[in-house]
Amino acid sequence: MKLSVNGTEHEVDAPADMPLLWVLRDLLGLTGTKYGCGIAQCGACLVHVDGRPRKSCMTTAAFAEGKSVTTIEGLSKDGGHPVQRAWSELDVVQCGYCQSGQIMAAASLIAANPRPTDADIDTALEGQICRCGTYPRIRAAVHRAAELSRESQS
Amino acid sequence: MSAPADPTRREFLRKAALSATGLVIAFHVPARRRAWAAEPAVSKPAALPPANAFLRIGTDDTVTVLLAHSEMGQGIWTSLPMLIAEELDADWSKIRVEHAPAAPAYAHTVWGIQATGGSTTTSSEFDRYRQVGATARVLLVQAAAQRLGVAPSTCRTENGAVVAGERRLRYGELAAEAAALTAPEAVTLKDPKDWKVIGQPTRRLDTPEKVDGSAVFGLDVRFDGLLTAVVARSPTFGGRMKSFDDTAARTVPGVRKVVAVPSGVAVVADHFWAAEAGREALEIEWEPGPGTPLDSTALLAEFRRLADQPGRIAASTGDAPAAVAGAKRTIAADYVVPFLAHAAMEPLNCTVRLGPQNCEIWTGTQFQTSDQQAAARIAGLKPEQVTLHTTFLGGGFGRRATPTSDFVSEAVHVAKAAGAPVKTVWTREDDMRGGYYRPMYLHRVRVAQGDDGLPTAWDHVIVGQSILAGTPFASEFGASGVDPSSVEGTSDSPYLKNVPNHRVQLHDHQCAIPVLWWRSVGHSHTAFVMETLVDELAHAAGVDAVAYRRRLLAGHPRHLGVLELAAQKSGWGGPLPAGRARGIAVHESFGSYVAQVAEVSLEAGRIRVHRVTCAIDCGIAVNPLTIEAQMESGIAFGLGAALHGAITFKDGRVQQSNFDDYPVLRLPEMPAVDVHIVPSTARPGGVGEPGTPPIAPAVANALAALTGRRLRELPLRPA
Repeated sequence: MKLSVNGTEHEVDAPADMPLLWVLRDLLGLTGTKYGCGIAQCGACLVHVDGRPRKSCMTTAAFAEGKSVTTIEGLSKDGGHPVQRAWSELDVVQCGYCQSGQIMAAASLIAANPRPTDADIDTALEGQICRCGTYPRIRAAVHRAAELSRESQS
Repeated sequence: MSAPADPTRREFLRKAALSATGLVIAFHVPARRRAWAAEPAVSKPAALPPANAFLRIGTDDTVTVLLAHSEMGQGIWTSLPMLIAEELDADWSKIRVEHAPAAPAYAHTVWGIQATGGSTTTSSEFDRYRQVGATARVLLVQAAAQRLGVAPSTCRTENGAVVAGERRLRYGELAAEAAALTAPEAVTLKDPKDWKVIGQPTRRLDTPEKVDGSAVFGLDVRFDGLLTAVVARSPTFGGRMKSFDDTAARTVPGVRKVVAVPSGVAVVADHFWAAEAGREALEIEWEPGPGTPLDSTALLAEFRRLADQPGRIAASTGDAPAAVAGAKRTIAADYVVPFLAHAAMEPLNCTVRLGPQNCEIWTGTQFQTSDQQAAARIAGLKPEQVTLHTTFLGGGFGRRATPTSDFVSEAVHVAKAAGAPVKTVWTREDDMRGGYYRPMYLHRVRVAQGDDGLPTAWDHVIVGQSILAGTPFASEFGASGVDPSSVEGTSDSPYLKNVPNHRVQLHDHQCAIPVLWWRSVGHSHTAFVMETLVDELAHAAGVDAVAYRRRLLAGHPRHLGVLELAAQKSGWGGPLPAGRARGIAVHESFGSYVAQVAEVSLEAGRIRVHRVTCAIDCGIAVNPLTIEAQMESGIAFGLGAALHGAITFKDGRVQQSNFDDYPVLRLPEMPAVDVHIVPSTARPGGVGEPGTPPIAPAVANALAALTGRRLRELPLRPA
């Protein structure tokens, strides 16, 4: 089957029901997208499919076929996406394992909502678990990312 | 880098150096008292350890710091290099960091094994890493002085260079010459007033690779020929595989092998999804183990029965039972905390490649020495033939420090049985059902209050399963037979010091459930009991909770310091929006003192924590940014457990399996957190764990203030 990931076309030999998560990680070697629960509870595997956030552990390879998939590796060329810059500025990460998913979810949020409130952030990122408790910094960093994004567009 | 078969440390370093780019300065400052333990910590090394540590200075000026401890989120990837950079006068932009290999040179300076835990990394390394930096600096200055033909005393160092008059030589230019010099016998460390790095809020060095997906965790290890396995394990603890039928499993595309291992049956495949599908197709008959009849409700009933029996004495002064029996005013209560899973975001995993004379392991571990030795035993090799690469840990919280090396041992068995390099992956369900929980505990306490409201007698019984019994650490128990990690925070509580009649007893109830340290260990339950009970005593005495603690903590200035600071910064006693109340708790753990004030309301019967004001005295604050982050982290971890966490058993089986039935804290539940650090010149204490113990009692005390009801069980159930 053909998959478009981060702008590159891949031919992969995957069963149709294989989750996109494992196609990305085990067949394409894109390990930035993480496995955390396998049942769409934790969000560590969140990627963008045709620009929308999807939990890749519950998205089949077949669903992604013919669509455009973006992973953390493809979010920016140089780690310079406003969300990544804000995450660096505010020293968000700890163990870092959940952060690919957090960042991808935050990028989706600010793309759809350039001025998210705390409540918007809580709602959009409720599905993203962080066991290190980086939540207060995530909240602050999403606001900062939105600001950086607006600045870069003005 | 690979460890040679029988390295002297010097040779080991030299070889390690050759495999890296650039030149190397390796240091070996002789041991002052004793060498590290070659075996796991069956005995504890005495006081001062050998001060040896490593860093590499490349010709490109990079300064590579090797971490003797594991980065699992707590920020040592930044704070340990800060210690070296301080004394080295390094150019911070040139610092690179790596996990050290598993080798005796990297043994914990107190424990004698290479390990990360007990919030001890900074205290273990505060001197050693500064000495490494200072030693390197002396050698670089000496090299510069020789080259320039000047006296070393005319040289100074700044920002990665030696400066002598008009001349400025970068460390990279001097590395080769410095490496040829003999290290000094002793070095003088900077006066703290001259510190430029220690104490400065410093951003993490591991951020770039953790925001672009390139950071390598154990689960991300890949190389040609690596297969993936999942293991079908006994559904009950201690059960054994009797027989299995893998006919269907072997037909799953991508499945390469199905092999029996001591823990069950491993399905080895080209990738995870095939391995998992193969496992689902297995048919296995299990021999029931000793854990088969386990039931946590029945276990708690047994704990309640035990609590009335005489236990082992953890602390005793005067005659507590008689004093309580004869008192006019008493409070008697039971407290219960459940089993808890660590549930780190990265499920357990371990990659193993076996050769005829070597074993190579990649994993996120907190316990390198034990893992290396366990792997060596299984592979039939010497420990030094086992090369262990520590990856980033996707959270640890204690679960990746198993004295049994459970997940590493199993992975070595799998690779051995498969005859191929294998990454053994645990699913979330495997991880949550695989044991090694924070044990369930029952506390039964009777306290007598005098006319002044202060406690006059305190009779305290703790019942639970020792996590250290049966491990090499049991040597710490002493004559009383009391596992200190079961009673820490109670038997040594400052509140008991002035109670003329007090007694703390412990019952260790062993069963088939594997138990382990969980962030803050014994303090995760003792702080809840002590701080809610003291709060109740204050209320019964009609005294403000802060004022009451102030009286009990006279003579404990560091407790008082954080208590006053948290109270003041939280606006203790000041007005609050309707429907909200504050609760406070103060607790010492891991050499640090933390007080927290939680501001709480009930919304449709659900607990909502709006704000937590946290004060910490951790001695010298090496990196204030890390300390703030660890307080936030400890609060989130403890609050998640206080609101939701419980692992239960029925018919020998764990009833939870994933984040849907074992909820953890999510973003909307996270309070705003303000952290205030007490300025201190005391030696550094821990910060990874001490933020966790006070949050549950602070919230419970706020709820009591709000509703008048005391909650004595975790998780907190307000309705």
